[in-house]
Amino acid sequence: MEADTGLPHRAWWTPYLFLAPGLVMVVLFGLWPFVNTVILSFTDARILRGGGFVGLDNYRRAVADPDFWVATGNSVLYLLVVVPCLVFLPLALAVLVRAKIPGIGFFRSAFYTPVIASAVVVGLIWQWVLRSDGLVNTVFRRLHLVSEPVPFLTDSTMLLVSAMIVTVWKGLGYYMVFYLAALGNVPASLHEAAAIDGAGPVRRFFSITVPQVKPMMLLVGTLSAISALRVFTEIYILGGESGGPGGGARTLPFLIRQVGLGFAGETGYASAISILLFLLTLGFSLLGRRLTKGDEG
Amino acid sequence: MSTTPAGETDRADRSGRARRRLGLAARYGTLLLMLVVMLGPIVWQFLTSIRGRTENVYDGVLPTQPTLDNYVRVAESFPILQYVGNTLVVAVLAVTSNMLFAAMGGYALSRAAWKGREVVFTVLVATLMFPFESVMISMFLTVRGMGLVDTLVGVWLPGAVSVLNIMIMRAAFLAVPKEVEEAAVLDGAGEWTRFTRVFVPSAKGALAVVCITSFMGAWDDFLWPLLVLTDSDHYTLQLGLKTLAGATTVNDQRLVAAGAMAALLPMMLFFFALQRFFFKGVGEGAVKF
Repeated sequence: MEADTGLPHRAWWTPYLFLAPGLVMVVLFGLWPFVNTVILSFTDARILRGGGFVGLDNYRRAVADPDFWVATGNSVLYLLVVVPCLVFLPLALAVLVRAKIPGIGFFRSAFYTPVIASAVVVGLIWQWVLRSDGLVNTVFRRLHLVSEPVPFLTDSTMLLVSAMIVTVWKGLGYYMVFYLAALGNVPASLHEAAAIDGAGPVRRFFSITVPQVKPMMLLVGTLSAISALRVFTEIYILGGESGGPGGGARTLPFLIRQVGLGFAGETGYASAISILLFLLTLGFSLLGRRLTKGDEG
Repeated sequence: MSTTPAGETDRADRSGRARRRLGLAARYGTLLLMLVVMLGPIVWQFLTSIRGRTENVYDGVLPTQPTLDNYVRVAESFPILQYVGNTLVVAVLAVTSNMLFAAMGGYALSRAAWKGREVVFTVLVATLMFPFESVMISMFLTVRGMGLVDTLVGVWLPGAVSVLNIMIMRAAFLAVPKEVEEAAVLDGAGEWTRFTRVFVPSAKGALAVVCITSFMGAWDDFLWPLLVLTDSDHYTLQLGLKTLAGATTVNDQRLVAAGAMAALLPMMLFFFALQRFFFKGVGEGAVKF
């Protein structure tokens, strides 16, 4: 052991000693919950009692459960709308704040502010903008654009759209920083050469910037897809505990919490939905990885 | 940006300058528009929080009777200071445990090969693939099994050390040259001394990132405390804000706004005071697999 490091005083167990606290936590709250979720998903366990093995019953039930399909549809729709927005808008924003012009530091910090705000605070802020007596509806009414307030938060579809707007708004600054790092690696000579050839800024953006930051776009796409499938707090704060009227705006995490906890919590069934959420997430991560690999190859 | 090729006429040069000035104006225009989009809702909430009790919320953009009264009232009618205290308990625990354990774990993973290192590393990375939401029910059962439901320790424990932080520290320690370590060995420094005296001081940037992100994580988290805490005496600030928004007795947006601002403004001060370290450290500890 000393031979390959050239360092004495190293007992074989020293690395384990250093890793012990981290490993214990990861096993207890990373690995075990996953294994336990898999096991529970094949049982009829409830929150207040253990369960017996029921085979694939929970999965069969999920496939036949309209609530499950509404939640899955909402989660996937969320992803399909939010991901393209969060791949392209932050890139445009990064290009915008990249110029070394006076005051640009202020704009960067300002655009990052929504990232610092918690999901609850962001939800409260937007609730006050979108409520039936909120800012947008009041302005609309004073301009006589609408006679009835727009039901941003009281109609399931509108609530989902409102939550998407909030997610995109909060994500813009976060992914902008990713793109700023990627743009730093684009050689300036490429832009100069293209400018001499007469390419305008828009043309240069699509023919030089976009191909150069494509790997970062794939990473941002994967990350934002994973977090889109995790959306909970925005909908909870904007639409309330039920997840919109009749639970019509519930996402998968929303459904998992409602099904699995509380006095009648069906931990077995909730675990099956959890595994399905995990598989959905895994599918999109693998898709992202595949696209990245294909891009490199 | 665009360089003018030599030999152009004076007129073309002048039109090029005009075009550049126009481009700059367009850029500032777009920046200002985005500023309204990004800060507008926050500023609107802030303005609402300082509006006087008798004025109409929609009478003009600026409050006519600006007051801090709403902040006093929200502190009087809601135990906001208690919520902040509870949150600080969780946050201080989380920052301490993450900095210490992530540094220790990252150190072990960054040093020369030892038996089982690859296996441990793979297991750690694998756990990053499980979204919290897909294991939260089991995690709740584990915490309940430990008798920690409705306690602040139960809120803190699952996040006591995150794998991502271990990876950040590992990447930072990998950058420490081997010669530095060898020199310390020659001076007779033992493993723990090398860790605390040589490695930790050389990874201050990465430690700052771990500190900032774990503090913000503890301050901002909502879903996990929502599952664990039942007694409102134990609520963290974010849970307290939820009750504030949901309270039917106070249908006063000024109070909700004051509560939201009271949660946001300290975080903004904290972050913007430390952002130099944050953005510097992010580059230094870029996670490499």
